[in-house]
Amino acid sequence: MTLADLVRQLDLKVFTGRNELARPVNGGYASDLLSDVLAHGQKDQIWVTLQVHPNIVAVAAFKELSAVVLVNGREPAAETVAKAQQERVSIYGTSLTTFEFVGRAYGLGILGT
Amino acid sequence: MELRRYRADLHIHSCLSPCGELTNYPRRIVERAVEEDLDVIAVTDHNTAENAAAVLRAAEGTGVAVLPGMEVASEEEVHVLGLFESLGDLLPVQDAVFRSLPEVPPKKTFVKDQVIVNADDEVTGFSARHLLAATRLDLRAVVSLIHRFGGLAVASHIDKDAFSVISQLGFVPPDLDLDALEVSPHMTVAAARKAFGLNPSAALVRFSDAHRPEDIGRTTTDFLLAAPTLPEIRKALRSKGGRKVCAS
Repeated sequence: MTLADLVRQLDLKVFTGRNELARPVNGGYASDLLSDVLAHGQKDQIWVTLQVHPNIVAVAAFKELSAVVLVNGREPAAETVAKAQQERVSIYGTSLTTFEFVGRAYGLGILGT
Repeated sequence: MELRRYRADLHIHSCLSPCGELTNYPRRIVERAVEEDLDVIAVTDHNTAENAAAVLRAAEGTGVAVLPGMEVASEEEVHVLGLFESLGDLLPVQDAVFRSLPEVPPKKTFVKDQVIVNADDEVTGFSARHLLAATRLDLRAVVSLIHRFGGLAVASHIDKDAFSVISQLGFVPPDLDLDALEVSPHMTVAAARKAFGLNPSAALVRFSDAHRPEDIGRTTTDFLLAAPTLPEIRKALRSKGGRKVCAS
């Protein structure tokens, strides 16, 4: 699956990363503690969180995550968007809760391991 | 001006903090500060400063300097100490924090009483606010709010697994204008510098984060200062004018 498939099938809002949509998705991780994502996130996973601080960009870039999905209708801070564009990190949004979004993503075959 | 070492514990919760013991009332806090030879303390309750005036009054004539403060929880659930020169500086910050707390009062069953007292340790009221909750202010807004009113912003217990800038945000945002980072009693400054790859120029301090009288002064930081005041401590954190944070 690619990010484009994910965006289309789960109706995600694309905040940044319009040029990265061909990137593959290989699993997912959900956590709001960035220290935990640094420890346990894996390359090419999507990362589901409600944190919108600019540090999410650095964590996603460092761990080579495929995209960050912000839940509950949350929007990235302006500075987060600017940094994400610079680092070519994809940030999406959904109005769903973490639980509901992860459930639907799992249903599409995006697994946790 | 002569400089000397001043022993400081600038992270103390009173009985107003929902996690603070009821015995941590103003006179007891000051009594413990005297017993521990502390020169300067700060009362830093969660998202409130309603007991700060009582601690200031209780310390009058004891030789212990008190900085009014509070420990603010940002939207990301990062705890930040705000330390101020006067109550007048702190109160507008408290107002802004109160406006940013969730409207829902805490469930009685989950938190201890949040007791407001006077300088004679008499109960004058109970806070009905959700003091342990996160505010709606993001971390940058918390730091700039503290600075707008002349306060020092210190990231609390950066080595803790929860409510620390590192647990919540992975690392200390490099462009965040913090005045110092606090290491908890469970770690040394040297170990923290190594473990978290901290900027060598970042000022590191250690305080007790006491929630009960016996913990006050268990961990302290010595500052080389001309007087135990906020402007002097600010200079020490910036290594200005010969003031400094003494190695612990």
